[in-house]
Amino acid sequence: MSEKKQANYVIVDTGCANLASVKFAVERLGFAITISDDVDVIKNANKVILPGVGSARHAMENIVAKGLVETLQQLTQPVLGFCLGMQLMARTSVEGADKNEVVQCLGLIPTDITPLQANDLRLPHMGWNTLTQVAEHAIFNGIKADDYFYFVHSFAAPISQYTIARCQYGAEFSAAIAKDNFIGCQFHPERSSALGSKIIKNFLEM
Amino acid sequence: MLAKRIIPCLDVRDGKVVKGVQFRNHEIIGDIVPLAQKYAEAGADELVFYDITASSDDRVVDKSWVSRIAEVIDIPFCVAGGIKTEEDAKQILMMGADKISINSPALRDPSLIARLADVFGQQCIVIGVDSFFNQDANNGKGEYQVYQFTGDEARTQKTKWRTLDWIQEVQKLGAGEIVLNCMNQDGVRQGYDINQLKQVRALCNVPLIASGGAGEISHFVDVFQQADVDGALAASVFHKGIIAMDELKQTLRNEKVEIRLC
Repeated sequence: MSEKKQANYVIVDTGCANLASVKFAVERLGFAITISDDVDVIKNANKVILPGVGSARHAMENIVAKGLVETLQQLTQPVLGFCLGMQLMARTSVEGADKNEVVQCLGLIPTDITPLQANDLRLPHMGWNTLTQVAEHAIFNGIKADDYFYFVHSFAAPISQYTIARCQYGAEFSAAIAKDNFIGCQFHPERSSALGSKIIKNFLEM
Repeated sequence: MLAKRIIPCLDVRDGKVVKGVQFRNHEIIGDIVPLAQKYAEAGADELVFYDITASSDDRVVDKSWVSRIAEVIDIPFCVAGGIKTEEDAKQILMMGADKISINSPALRDPSLIARLADVFGQQCIVIGVDSFFNQDANNGKGEYQVYQFTGDEARTQKTKWRTLDWIQEVQKLGAGEIVLNCMNQDGVRQGYDINQLKQVRALCNVPLIASGGAGEISHFVDVFQQADVDGALAASVFHKGIIAMDELKQTLRNEKVEIRLC
């Protein structure tokens, strides 16, 4: 029984559309990964990726319907959220919410998702943008300010004590946030060429 | 700074990449997957795959290649062609496409744009607009008009829409990005239609992608500097090796256009 248990990596099946591209990105690095919405499979994973595209309301409805809210909240292993997956880690989001209301998210990182303050710039913020600041964090090993990543979003986490990377579009916002074992990137590492792959690799080898 | 995007476009017919002149006389350029991989590695910022026969033939794109592309490339890509329903869109996005582009089906049923944006998010709904400058229209003063079914010459037809009106309509309905195909310029490599793109830009608050007319590097410089588009799409200049991606991007950088060098 001394044999080292093979690491198992899981992508949470949030019912969102970019599951396949996240899986392919991990597989291109030579790692095996499972897509699952099974509570035990997710709990027993060494690392968990929480992807997502679309609106916060639709995604949270899916997660609630699948009975995964508590499971995700109780994870103690490293968890990496991509784009909407990052936003779902926040307390709340206004995306897809009815007027004067908010969508309750997972509450893993105490921040709230608000419309991007793009000033006069066009929305969605879509394309390759540079990071303006990158904190010391294992996920950013080999990544520096001025590196380009692929962003597609109209909502964002404001700068806070949980910000570990910044981006500028009209105003500064969090390009990545983290608290304890939870890490989220607003950009899409799976679509950000070699540097995006580097981030995924950093996470899987953390 | 947000970089301007260089977007090779691969017109697809029966699983092969093809290119015609002014939407006609298609010749085979090569297989999809190795071409997609080649462009991603060369530094393309995004790829668009148009199944040019799909809308005309009343069928959805043959989907198997979408998944094969998603497996090998690590930059965003968009799939266009015959996406008529939420279910069509879902299948293509599930296979790994980042965006879907709607053209003729949106003209037939504009409410499709709103339904797709609600379910999948505005960010992945691209509207392709085929626009033709009709010199005889508007009492001989000429007018930009929207065409449909442009993948099949025999069925290509004018719609009731003026281009500038349709651009505004699709934004109201939830378009996340607009690709303006300037048909008069397509495939003839005489430069982008700066005049038309400037007019559309003035009315377009979502990302705008120029398409049709790229023939040399200076055309890209012009379209970014003069029409302030967010991306420039081109096909034959890349497929035929007339423009090298690294030289294009370095020139744009030298001309002070924000660009991602690879």
